[in-house]
Amino acid sequence: MAQLTVIFARVLQAIPTVFGIVVVTFLLTRALPGDPAAYFAGASATPESIAEIRAKLGLDQSLPVQFAGYIKDLATGNLGESISTGQPVATELLKRLPASLELTLFALLLSVAVSIPLGVLAAVHQDSWIDQVCRFIVTAGVSLPTFFTGLLLVYVFYFLLGVAPAPLGRLDLLNIPPPHVTGFFVIDGLLAREWGTAWAAFKQLLLPGITLALFTLAPLARMTRAAMLQALSSEYLRTARAAGLSSARVLMVYAFRNAMLPIITTLGMVFSFTLGANVLVEKVFAWPGIGSYAIEALVVSDYAAVQGFVLSMAVLFVVLNLAVDTLYTLIDPRVRIEG
Amino acid sequence: MTDTTYTPELSAPVNRRSAWSRGFAHFRYVMTSNPVTFLAFVLLAGMIVVALFGPSLVPYDPLATLSDKALKPPSREHWFGTDQLGRDVFSRVVVATRLDLLISVSAVALSFVCGAAMGACAGYWGGWFDKLSGRFLDTIMAFPLFVLAMGIVAAAGNTIQNIVIATAIINLPFYARVARAEVSIRRNAGYVQAARLSGNSEFRILLLKILPNTLPPMMVQLSLNMGWAILNAAGLSFIGLGVRAPTAEWGIMVAEGANFIISGEWWMALFPGAALMLAVFTFNLLGDGLRDLVDPQRRT
Repeated sequence: MAQLTVIFARVLQAIPTVFGIVVVTFLLTRALPGDPAAYFAGASATPESIAEIRAKLGLDQSLPVQFAGYIKDLATGNLGESISTGQPVATELLKRLPASLELTLFALLLSVAVSIPLGVLAAVHQDSWIDQVCRFIVTAGVSLPTFFTGLLLVYVFYFLLGVAPAPLGRLDLLNIPPPHVTGFFVIDGLLAREWGTAWAAFKQLLLPGITLALFTLAPLARMTRAAMLQALSSEYLRTARAAGLSSARVLMVYAFRNAMLPIITTLGMVFSFTLGANVLVEKVFAWPGIGSYAIEALVVSDYAAVQGFVLSMAVLFVVLNLAVDTLYTLIDPRVRIEG
Repeated sequence: MTDTTYTPELSAPVNRRSAWSRGFAHFRYVMTSNPVTFLAFVLLAGMIVVALFGPSLVPYDPLATLSDKALKPPSREHWFGTDQLGRDVFSRVVVATRLDLLISVSAVALSFVCGAAMGACAGYWGGWFDKLSGRFLDTIMAFPLFVLAMGIVAAAGNTIQNIVIATAIINLPFYARVARAEVSIRRNAGYVQAARLSGNSEFRILLLKILPNTLPPMMVQLSLNMGWAILNAAGLSFIGLGVRAPTAEWGIMVAEGANFIISGEWWMALFPGAALMLAVFTFNLLGDGLRDLVDPQRRT
């Protein structure tokens, strides 16, 4: 019950953050140099058509009035219309969101599954070969541009070895997408018992997922190693050992559970990296997610689409951080809301 | 000057020289004790030389197209091969060094100066400015930073100048936070109270007494941040923002090479990507080395 209160209070704390995000995205569209009306009207616009568009978009009103209108639009889920496709931005983003989420979540899962055991092993066997491997991966991981790793993997596994499918989207032409349940092709394929489709979708997912995971591996492994080292040298661990607890129990229950907390805090920063790197990976692998939608929109200067993308990514980031904080309160009952 | 007189004015330059030589000795000690840091300094020196003199060193014009020599793999004539328009990849990679370093150095410098000023004022005076700037920085950090940079460039216009500004804005919180923390712990230090009692103005104390003492941690932040700034700027140009097509720049060269990688022309993307990686790697190593130099306690 007390934990529920903490979680609820944490959700309330996210409200000013979301408000700040909305203010920034509003300012990005309206208050910056350049005339959005002239922008939307296109190159061959007459002064009359610009004025007409300005009135239609409400740009002739004062900023606070425009802001109120923007909030009202957002409340009804209206993010404006894309000028290149003529479709509502919200619809297109929702349609493409599952692709991005599938990639991001898969990469995070992969990254956590590799980096945490690696960091723990490196800390337990400090200065051994596995510690050196961990150090090498951490140093290389922060220096490698995501788009570059992606291209290298494509060259090696698609062109040279021929084991990976062509980096052209979520599913090759031989397979049709499975019936829509979650929007994640692999899971939908499994649910519909279309094993071939699920396998094909998984193969497509593998390379972009590894690319993204490699990028997020470094901060997680580094933090796991540092947190475990700190926990291992603590007095409560010495006491636990002295009390004769088995080494597995000392390691997993006493050391790891305490080391979890800084690791989970690092996850928040890792989300920020992942969502940004997601855009680059989607471009490399022609992944039809919201990142490649944003890039297409950027190329044709499609204002509303880019702002909708920035807004939805920021909200996604807030939600992911909220989820992490909830996890935090479940793991550490000492956590209380401050302020 | 006779050798029998001993004037007090002389002692100052002598002391300064010994401080210099002591600093140099420490520098040499750090360099020799850690070969990796030494390597990073050598790489940085090499990069600066290439950035300064690159355009006059390269064998070919980076923009000259030779249609009969398009898409040739690396050879003795063209060390890094040629691209789809027959341009020499080696020349382009070398010439691009200047632009890439210029973008990231100016972005980080801008971020450093604005962040230091903002964080120092917030940490020294506190109050409403502290609250306001804290809220502002929190709002920046609430965005995935690369995505925010994309949004800023999209709204402000697709130019190199705006890439610099966007990269500076997303790096601002890191500097402002370090500056705020470092200034606020020194706000009432003994030497600050002494300076205040002897009649220095608050502004003078902040600028001349406190800020110089916060520089070491700020410098470490700077060099650790530099590699990340390069990655971000290159990422922006990889998705087609900022730098326009014929210009030689690592991010856009990798993007152009990406179209050819599935048909096996690896050299167009590999070499600019490797150059980018080397630059980021250099700054990351340098950051660790610099931390040893200014802050021996945090050595790992």
